[in-house]
Amino acid sequence: MSSSSKNSHRSNATISRRGLLVGASGLALGLPLAATVPARADETIKIGILHSLSGTMAISETTLKDVMLMLIDAQNKKGGLLGKKLEPVVVDPASNWPLFAEKARELISKDKVSVVFGCWTSVSRKSVLPVFKELDSILFYPVQFEGEEGERNVFYTGAAPNQQAIPAVDYLMSADGGLVKRWVLEGTDYVYPRTTNKILEAYLKQKGVVDADIMINYTPFGFSDWQTEVSKIKAFGSAGKKTAVVSTINGDANVPFYKELGNQGIKATDIPVVAFSVGEEELAGLDTKPLVGHLAAWNYFESIKTPANTAFIKEWHDFIGNPKRTTNDPMEAHYIGFNMWVKAVQKAGTTDPDKVISALPGTKQANLSGGVSEMLPNHYITKPVFIGEIRPDGQFNVVWKTKDLVPGAAWSPYLPGSKDLVADWVNLKCGNYNTVTKTCGGT
Amino acid sequence: MRCSRAWLVALLFGLSLLLGQTATRASTINDAIAHFTADDFDETGAGISEVAASGSPRAAVILQALQNGQLMFSAERKAVYVQDDAGKLWDAVTGDAVGGDPPADLDTVNINNRLRSAIDAALGGLTLLSADPAKRLDAAEAVFKSRQASALPTLEAAFAKEQDGRIKYVLAQARAAIVLTSPDAATADKLAAVEIIRQRGDQDALALLLSLPDGTAVPVMRAANAAIAAIQQRLALWDAVQNAWYGLSLGSVLLLAAIGLAITFGVMGVINMAHGEMVMVGAYVTFLVQNAIRGYAPNLFDYSLAISVPSAFIAAGLIGILIERCIIRFLYGRPLETLLATWGLSLILQQAVRTIFGPNNREVGNPSFMSGAFDVGGITVTYNRLWIICFALAVFVALLGLLRFTRFGLEMRAVTQNRAMAASMGIRTSRIDALTFGLGSGIAGIAGVALSQIDNVSPNLGQGYIIDSFMVVVFGGVGNLWGTFVGAFVLGIANKFLEPYAGAVLGKIAILVLIILFIQKRPRGLFALKGRAVEA
Repeated sequence: MSSSSKNSHRSNATISRRGLLVGASGLALGLPLAATVPARADETIKIGILHSLSGTMAISETTLKDVMLMLIDAQNKKGGLLGKKLEPVVVDPASNWPLFAEKARELISKDKVSVVFGCWTSVSRKSVLPVFKELDSILFYPVQFEGEEGERNVFYTGAAPNQQAIPAVDYLMSADGGLVKRWVLEGTDYVYPRTTNKILEAYLKQKGVVDADIMINYTPFGFSDWQTEVSKIKAFGSAGKKTAVVSTINGDANVPFYKELGNQGIKATDIPVVAFSVGEEELAGLDTKPLVGHLAAWNYFESIKTPANTAFIKEWHDFIGNPKRTTNDPMEAHYIGFNMWVKAVQKAGTTDPDKVISALPGTKQANLSGGVSEMLPNHYITKPVFIGEIRPDGQFNVVWKTKDLVPGAAWSPYLPGSKDLVADWVNLKCGNYNTVTKTCGGT
Repeated sequence: MRCSRAWLVALLFGLSLLLGQTATRASTINDAIAHFTADDFDETGAGISEVAASGSPRAAVILQALQNGQLMFSAERKAVYVQDDAGKLWDAVTGDAVGGDPPADLDTVNINNRLRSAIDAALGGLTLLSADPAKRLDAAEAVFKSRQASALPTLEAAFAKEQDGRIKYVLAQARAAIVLTSPDAATADKLAAVEIIRQRGDQDALALLLSLPDGTAVPVMRAANAAIAAIQQRLALWDAVQNAWYGLSLGSVLLLAAIGLAITFGVMGVINMAHGEMVMVGAYVTFLVQNAIRGYAPNLFDYSLAISVPSAFIAAGLIGILIERCIIRFLYGRPLETLLATWGLSLILQQAVRTIFGPNNREVGNPSFMSGAFDVGGITVTYNRLWIICFALAVFVALLGLLRFTRFGLEMRAVTQNRAMAASMGIRTSRIDALTFGLGSGIAGIAGVALSQIDNVSPNLGQGYIIDSFMVVVFGGVGNLWGTFVGAFVLGIANKFLEPYAGAVLGKIAILVLIILFIQKRPRGLFALKGRAVEA
């Protein structure tokens, strides 16, 4: 009590001097801050980039971060957006799925980004969904995936199964594809291959393929001892019927897989392998001569010759400073998604997520293969489908393509749990509307 | 008079026929070639069959170029060219060099898998009479696969001419394949063909017998079914041998990865969680050596592994000695702290490599003697796995020799058995510890060189092998090289026999469960060593 009064007396005496010091320094710091902070908030629109820059997925995602930086830079050179400059905010969730959610929250709440471009694996997307719903922001997801999702806050610029997997199987069943009758579904053990294989199995059975002619195998991430698996494929393929492998193997397990195929002498003319997750980037480190003729299904290939693609590749090589860097399908997806977002913001006149979400469906953007993609009410886009064969130089030769662009379907008609569902955020305002029971909220 | 005129007329007639023939042949092949300028798969397919049927000597050259992606066309000039490896253009039909600038719209004639099979079949028919025996063998195999009836006359001619017994055997099989799939061959011929195919007895033979056309006579079907059963039985036996081979190769990989750990764990009782990173260091050393060779001495590429092995041993060994001197030395007798410290060290090493080399995989090439495979009986033996098994055995024998016959080995064994006594005998135990750790890490580096040939070289490489290494060491018995040897091969073979039935994931889980159960009965592993761990 007495000490406190002494203290307060002392502090009373010093407060004035201290107070003067504090006040002066506060003014010195505060004025310029006050001058700049609100001005900075007026000047830039922040764009979040949520891609792994380390860990097992860095091999695929680093290039997506780079292409986003290029697109933002190009837009700024055109004068920015709504009179303001665009500012990229890059974070590294390090292939760690819970960290994706944390970083997404940081981007939206702390950095106040208007939109996020990110994720690759389906598990990373599923991790960040609750954050985007809670904080009401926008995610553009550029990678081919298993569908079965129709979220209001997510725009899917990657391929749904009906834009990649189903056309690939149709091609293999056709004369050009070899009139395939026996199927090996070879996948990595996680949600995307498991769901896609369920859809494909149902589709094949609907087309009259019997159980004995379908073999499904799963291997863990990073699997490297492919001897037994490839031997099983060889044995399955010697039953007298033309056999093909549909591969949803992800990540660098593809490298020893293709090497073992080459070593055991499985040529594309004997048992063709069509892959959904192998693109120019993944082939860059492989000796592709034994792999000539194996296939991949995408909505874009670097080898497609159109003026738009040639210009994009040149711009990419100039930006990254390395003429050997390849372009691939998810990069084109980001190109389409970013330009669609810019157009929607210009139409809505603001970056407010609710208004942009309403403005996005119906937006059109020219893609790099000569067509025009459109954002659909279910938040998927229209994409062309290409089947490419591997060339000795690691690029793809397009051997088949759809005549028109295919609209993405959120819910697969081949699975019992989803065949009655549609997503429609324009009229029905629901991501999983059941057309039979006429209610929103799934089965 | 009249006779000689008649002869003259006959001669002229014959000449004109001959000229007419070559003219039609030339015009036939020119018509055939024109299909390639359309840049359409169906047109190209028509071109392939017409070129093959044309009888022109250039047919094989054109089709081979098409197969290799070296057949070019210009829609503007309506011309087709063959491009050689140097990029020079040659006229497809005449074989003359093309002068002047290449056409502006020069493009490759594209093919897809369907056309590739057609080209294989056509080339097979065309090269049956080639001078090169290897080409004749390939052609015979191609005709066996394609079963094209149109190749039968050439096949008969080749069979009559053939001197090489092996090629004659395959020609007979090819003929049998055509006979079985042609509707108008006699039943007796077909039965003889079934017998020939049954003798071939491999997966291609099985595929042929399972896909006989629908109208085949009943006795032939019965013979085919019997043959199918016989072949399947034979294949099942060989399948078991194949699985044993895969088990051996997996075991050799486990042995290489685990043997360094067995030494450090056995001699010093140190649980080294950074062991996997030593393997990674070895793999990256291989990458660096190959890069240097690619830059300065490209013709030494096949020796790159021979150079990498001692380099990786020294690099990883030095890092191991450094680790022991700086970190492990202070933590003897404290296994939990050692575990934590080496775990942290493994993270540091991974991130260091990621920072220096980037997070992406690095490309390590296979030397020419490590690609491809050959057949022994009914199994396929890939060269890279064969080399790795030999290499693992060589490393094992070298280590055994080191332990048994050198002074250092003697001192190591002494320290393992009784540290206090060894110290009393004048052995500098701390020096032995450092060198042992260096040896174990060096062996791990050598393992990295071998693993870089079959696995991806990335900062995460070590993580895939650390668990397996501990599994082998715990199962086989700590500190005993023979325990590691037997443990590695038993686990490898068990894994590979489970995998075809349970799948890769469940197979691994089953092995882990079996080891846990085994440890309950014999906690010290298969071959327990009598000795004591390092005390503080």
